Amino acid sequence: MTPLLSVQDIRKTYGARVGCTGVNFDLYPGEVMGIVGESGSGKSTLLNCLAGHLEPDMGRVVFDTRADGPVDTVTMSEPERRKLGRTDWAFVHQHARDGLRMSVSAGGNIGERLMAVGERHYGAIRERAVDWLGRVEISETRVDDRPTDFSGGMQQRLQIARNLVTGPRLVFMDEPTGGLDVSVQARLLDLLRGLVREMGLSAIIVTHDLAVVRLLADRLMVMKDGHVVESGLTDQVLDDPQHAYTQLLVSSVLQV
Amino acid sequence: MNEYNFAYLDEQTKRMIRRAILKGLAVPGYQVPFASREMPMPYGWGTGGVQVSAATLTPGDTLKVIDQGADDTTNAVSIRKFFENTAGVETTEETEKATVIQTRHRIPEAKLRDDQIIVYQVPIPEPLRFLEPRETETRKMHSLEEYGLMHVKLYEDISRHGAISTAYAYPVKVSGRYVMDPSPIPKFDNPKLEMDAIQLFGAGREQRIYAVPPHTKVVSLDFEDYPFEATKANHPCDLCGANDSYLDEVIMDDAGNRMFVCSDTDFCRSRRAAGYQGRMAREEMQ
Repeated sequence: MTPLLSVQDIRKTYGARVGCTGVNFDLYPGEVMGIVGESGSGKSTLLNCLAGHLEPDMGRVVFDTRADGPVDTVTMSEPERRKLGRTDWAFVHQHARDGLRMSVSAGGNIGERLMAVGERHYGAIRERAVDWLGRVEISETRVDDRPTDFSGGMQQRLQIARNLVTGPRLVFMDEPTGGLDVSVQARLLDLLRGLVREMGLSAIIVTHDLAVVRLLADRLMVMKDGHVVESGLTDQVLDDPQHAYTQLLVSSVLQV
Repeated sequence: MNEYNFAYLDEQTKRMIRRAILKGLAVPGYQVPFASREMPMPYGWGTGGVQVSAATLTPGDTLKVIDQGADDTTNAVSIRKFFENTAGVETTEETEKATVIQTRHRIPEAKLRDDQIIVYQVPIPEPLRFLEPRETETRKMHSLEEYGLMHVKLYEDISRHGAISTAYAYPVKVSGRYVMDPSPIPKFDNPKLEMDAIQLFGAGREQRIYAVPPHTKVVSLDFEDYPFEATKANHPCDLCGANDSYLDEVIMDDAGNRMFVCSDTDFCRSRRAAGYQGRMAREEMQ
């Protein structure tokens, strides 16, 4: 089986400081990979390198494209990479404001990707938008409201709908539940888990919340100071941490 | 008039602007940056159009200046005076006789010929600006032909108003490549953008020049189920009776009386001279 995404020896430095280095992994179709680590451990840098937002100094990010099979996205041309970014890839930002157009209605936000890939029938676009609002549990009556009128949790769900409407195969998520209160988090996670299973999505989730990866991720990578210190199946890593830092991380979680 | 170089600008500046114009003509709809000069008028009064006109004019040209279709409003009168003083060229109010026409917000009703040049004053040349504030990003979108965002604006129109409510500065795709802001002309004028004359667009504050060469395909953007419509007030002109010209609505009194008149004053005048009369033509003569 060809991996959907094959990450080979990625390294990104900011001057003399190391963002992340020596990262290798394969992601297979339908698999969800979690990346955990404390602030400054390089997990967001890594995610941005993978999603094409940052150019890594070294290494390859090979994506199995629909048309041409495995292609290195680091060296592919920018138009191709941006096209991937609005068709086969999706990026869910921590702050919904970064991923949404706040001055455009919910329907327009969801429709943007469709229009970007050439859909020119208003009725069809609107129908898809309403359908996706339903899937992320937002009432159809809110389709013409702007995201500024939405609560934080709704904005995040809208952002997810906007990203998934073109049926991507790989979703990058940067702290998708950050800044939400726990009950809203729980619903969002429930929703994400359902969508990932239903659509057979592959996902890479960056978070510092171990509960999120426990629920969503099949496999887990633990990062510290730009290095991957431990990786394996999620339950294995969380229940039997080997590296001293992972042990510290797991034991730091507050028990209620 | 001897104090000024011909048409106010010095020759080097005019050459610089002409290079930008030629580049614009070679790449229809592409916004060419140019080193816009300070002009003796405020931004928003047509500094871009004036610079393009200055670089286009020759001593043998006849200039017409219109503002919202009219020859006799402040902007039109002052720019016409400006070139009378600094270039000494002939000026006219008749579209037929002009070789260079500088315009704000309208295209004349009369069909333009291939020996004429029309210069538009442009406030904001970037059609994507209101949805994407970053210049770096809009430039990239133009270069990669990523124009989905333009349709998001039209989508918003329909979802809010039930129809495409954008009535002026209606975005067009030029020659199948660049999406362009046709300056704030009413969308009634959009079909006229495919014409025999050379069309030049100048934005002074934003320092951009772009152009549409003669006989270039210009398509107004729309949706399959909401096609583009060139709209005007559903009324004949009250002075000349024309049914096919773009109209201004004029409030007459506090009792709700109003009249509709051609916004193109030269078109209206020439029709009345030819004997056409609208509903209120007699009253006006008294």
